[in-house]
Amino acid sequence: MTQKFNLTIDGKSHMVDADPDMPLLYALRDDVGLNNPHFGCGLAQCGACTVQLDGQAIRSCVTPLSAVGNGKITTLAGLGTPEKPHPLQTAYVEEQVPQCGYCINGWIMTAAAFLATKKKPSEAEIKDALSGLKCRCGTHISILKAVKRAATMMG
Amino acid sequence: MTKFEKTSSFSRRSVLLGGGALVVSIGAAVSLETVLDIGNAYAQGAKPPLTPDQLSSYIAVNADGTVSAFFGKMDMGHGLHVAIGQIVAEELDVPFKAVKVIMADTAYTVNQGGASGSTGIQLGGKQMRMAAAEARRVLVEMAAGLLSVPADKLAVADGVVSATDDKAKRISYKEMIGGKYFNVTLDWNKQMGNALYAPGKAQPKKPSEYKIVGQPIKREDVAPKVFAIEDFVTDVKVPGMVHGRMIHPAIAGSLPVKVDESSIRQYPGARVVWDKGFLGVVADKEWDAIQAAEKLKVEWSVVAPPFPDQATLYDHIRKAPVRKAAVDIQNGNVDEAFKTAAKVIEAEYEWPFQSHASMGPACALVEIKDGNVVCWSGTQKSHFVQQGVAATLGVPVANVRVIQKAGPGSYGRNDADDCASDAAVLAKAVGKPVRLQYMRDQGTGWDPKGPASTHRARIALDASGKVTAYEFTSKAFSRVDVDTNGSKPQDTLAGQAQGVALKSGDGFGVPAESYAFDNKRMGWETIPPLLERSSPLRTSHLRDPVGPQIHFASESFMDEVAAAVGADPIEFRLRYVKEARDVAVIKAAAEKSGWVTRTSPRKDQTGNKVSGRGIAYSQRNGTRVAIVAEVDIDRSTGKIFARKFTVAHDCGQIINPDGLVKCIEGNIVQGVSRTLWEEVTFDRKAVTSVDWISYPILDITETPGEVNVVLIDHPEIAPSGAGEPSIRPVAAAIANAIFDATGVRIRRVPFSPDRVKAALS
Repeated sequence: MTQKFNLTIDGKSHMVDADPDMPLLYALRDDVGLNNPHFGCGLAQCGACTVQLDGQAIRSCVTPLSAVGNGKITTLAGLGTPEKPHPLQTAYVEEQVPQCGYCINGWIMTAAAFLATKKKPSEAEIKDALSGLKCRCGTHISILKAVKRAATMMG
Repeated sequence: MTKFEKTSSFSRRSVLLGGGALVVSIGAAVSLETVLDIGNAYAQGAKPPLTPDQLSSYIAVNADGTVSAFFGKMDMGHGLHVAIGQIVAEELDVPFKAVKVIMADTAYTVNQGGASGSTGIQLGGKQMRMAAAEARRVLVEMAAGLLSVPADKLAVADGVVSATDDKAKRISYKEMIGGKYFNVTLDWNKQMGNALYAPGKAQPKKPSEYKIVGQPIKREDVAPKVFAIEDFVTDVKVPGMVHGRMIHPAIAGSLPVKVDESSIRQYPGARVVWDKGFLGVVADKEWDAIQAAEKLKVEWSVVAPPFPDQATLYDHIRKAPVRKAAVDIQNGNVDEAFKTAAKVIEAEYEWPFQSHASMGPACALVEIKDGNVVCWSGTQKSHFVQQGVAATLGVPVANVRVIQKAGPGSYGRNDADDCASDAAVLAKAVGKPVRLQYMRDQGTGWDPKGPASTHRARIALDASGKVTAYEFTSKAFSRVDVDTNGSKPQDTLAGQAQGVALKSGDGFGVPAESYAFDNKRMGWETIPPLLERSSPLRTSHLRDPVGPQIHFASESFMDEVAAAVGADPIEFRLRYVKEARDVAVIKAAAEKSGWVTRTSPRKDQTGNKVSGRGIAYSQRNGTRVAIVAEVDIDRSTGKIFARKFTVAHDCGQIINPDGLVKCIEGNIVQGVSRTLWEEVTFDRKAVTSVDWISYPILDITETPGEVNVVLIDHPEIAPSGAGEPSIRPVAAAIANAIFDATGVRIRRVPFSPDRVKAALS
C-alpha cells in the first residue's frame, strides 16, 4: 500500500506517493528526480547515498520513507551552488578531489555535518568522523586535504 | 561537392603546393576564386565518413572558432581529457580553453581502444597530437593561399594565422574552416583500437616549443560533480523507461528450471525475462523491480558445487593441469647455472582473486527504437560494447550507438560491459527502454575477477654471493577467461547465460625490470577456469592486470636475496639493474625518502610497535616506478599502517604534472588497499565476498600519512602510461618493509591483521 509523504528537500516541498517501507533514496532519485545521491550498496556500508536529515548525515538507502517525518532533507545540490558554494565544495574544487566522483555525496555531506558542530578538528578527529565511508578510486589523500582546507575556511 | 570537383581541387592543390612553386604561383597571379578552391580542397560542408583515415574524425573547428577534439578513448577519473586538450591546443596553437574534448561516444569517435592499459596518452594522445599537428599544417597552407604569404612566413597564435613580417595579413581558423569539416585523408595503419595510428604529413612541435603541454591545468569536470550538476550513467532517464534487475543462482552454474511469474504480480509493470540461464525482472518503478527480483519464486537445477574449498585454492593451482606454458624472457643457460651454483635461494608467493568492487554496481540504459539502439553505459570501452550489444541483439553494429557516461568507477573489465548486454536483452524482451542497475552483491560477487596466482622464484649464487642465474615462473588462472571487453557474447554474462560457450583465453605475464643476470628465464603457466559458464570467478583485467601479483613476488624475492647475501636492498638492486632510467628512479626514491644504507631486517627494535622500510621497483610499457614504503606494525594485533610512501615516477614526457600526481596518489592508496585487505572469498557454491563488510577495502583511518611523489620529466621521450604503473610495486614495497621491521617474510596477500599476527607469532 502506498502512502502520501510531504518531503522538504533542499528547501522545497515535494509530494511523494510511495510504499512507506521504500528507502528515501528511491524517492529522491526516482520520484523527485534528483541526480544525487547515488546508489552504492543499499546496505549503509559506503555512503554514496548520504543526505542530511535535520543536519544529521544519514544513509538514504536504508532510511524508510516512514522514518523521515517532517525532517528537512538536504542533498549535495542543496548544500551550496557554484554561486554560493559550501566551503567543502570550494575546497573539493581547489584540491581537485574526485576521480570518478560517485562517492562524493558521502564524504561531503558527512563532513559538512561534522564541521558544522566541530571547529578546528584535528586530523585524527576528521578521520574518525569520516571512517566507514568508501572511495574506491583512492582519493583519500585529497579528501583529507579538502576537509582540512574547509575546516580552516570555516574557522 | 561532387567527386569530379574534389578531384580537380586536389590536383590543382598538389601542383600549387609543390614546395617553392607555391609561393611563386600564389604570389603572382592566382585569382581569388582559385585560392578559395584550394581552401575547399581541405574544407567542406558535409562531414566525411567517421573513419580512422579522416582528419575530421579527430578534429573540427566549430563555427564559433572553438575546437572539438573527438577522442576514441575516455577518462575514467584521472583527467585524461585535460591532457588530451593540452596536447591538441598545443599542436594547433589555440588556447587550451578553446578545445572541447568529446570522448567515447560511438557516434562521434572512432575506436581508439577505450580506456585500456594506461594508453590514454601513450597511444591515444599520440594520435591526437598527430591529428592536431596535421590540422595546423593544413590550416597554415590554407592561410598561405588566402593571404598570399608563403607558409614559412606565417605564425599561428590563438587560432589566428598571420604573416610574421606583416601582422595585418591575418586570418583565423574560424574564418577559414569554422563550422565546416576537414577534407583531409590521413595515413591510417589500418589498425583499430589501441593500435590505431593515422598521422598526416605534419611533424609535431619540438618539446622546447611547448607552452601548454607540461602545465598543471585543472580539471573543469570537478565542479559539476561537486555541485551535483554532472549526470552519471545512473542518472540518465528516457520517456517510457522501466527498471530492470537481474537474478543469479545461489550455486554458480545452476539454471532456473521453473519460474513463477505470479509471485511478483503485485508490482506494477512487473515482468520476468527468462532465457535459459538468463533471468531478470522489470517493473515500472525501481524499488518495485528490486523487490520483485527478491520475491520472484524460482526453482533452480541441482548441480554439484563447482568450486574447491577456499583453503585449498593455492594447492588447487599448484596441482591443476597446465593449459598453456610460455617463456617470455630467456638468456644464457639457466639449468646449467643452477647445477653449478654454490647456493640456491627459492621462494613461492601467492595472490588471491580480487574484485573491481567499483563504488557502485554497474548501470546501463538501453533504448531500442525502429531498429536503432542507444545504450548509455559506464563502460571504459564503448566501441566494444557497441559490438557486444549489436551481437546480443542481432542488429548491425552501425545501428547501435553507445554513449559513455561517468559510471561508478572503473579499473578494467568490471561489471559495466555485462550490464550493458543484460540491459539490451531486457529491453528487447519487454519492448521498452530498460534502465538496469546491478545490486551490490552482484557488483562485487559477479564482476570478472583479477586472477589468483602462485609464483615460484629461485636464484643461483656463486661462492662470492654473485647471482649467476634467476628463474621466475607464475602458475595461475589466466588473466582473460573473458576478454578485456564485452564485444562478443561469449565474453558477457548474458551471452554465456543464453548458452554461448566460454572460450577462456590464455595469458599471464612476467616481471618487467632490467636485472641483468647472465642466465635468466621468466615464464608463466595457466590453468583452466573453475567453471565453464557464467562463473562469478571468471577472470579478466583488473587495474594493472597481473602486475601487482607478479611484482609482489619478484620484488619481494629480490629483497630476500639481498638479505641472504647481506646487502642493502637498494645497493643489491643497483648491482644488477641495467637501464639508466631504472637506476634513476631507484636512486630518486632512495634520496627523497632519506634511505640509509644498511641490511634488513632492523635489529634495533623491541616491543610490539615496530617500524620498517622497503623498496620495490618495476617497469610498465616504458614507464618506470620505484617506491619506498615506510610502515608501522603492531605485533600484538597484526595491524599494519602503511604510513609513508615515496614514489619516483618516470613516464617520459609529462603532459600535466598535477594530474599525474593525483593519478599516482590514487594508485598508491588502491595498491595499499589491495595489499592489506582485498581477497575474494568463496565457498563450494559461490563467491561469498559480496559487500563492503565481506570485501573490505582501505578505510580513511588507514590512509597513508604521506605520499611524496618525485616526477622525473623527460620532455624528449614520448610519454608512456601512468594510470597503472605505480600500483605495481606497492605490495612488494610493503612486504619488504614488514620484513625490515620484523624479520618475517609474508608471502601471501592480503596482509590482513589475522594473517600478519599469525605470521609474527
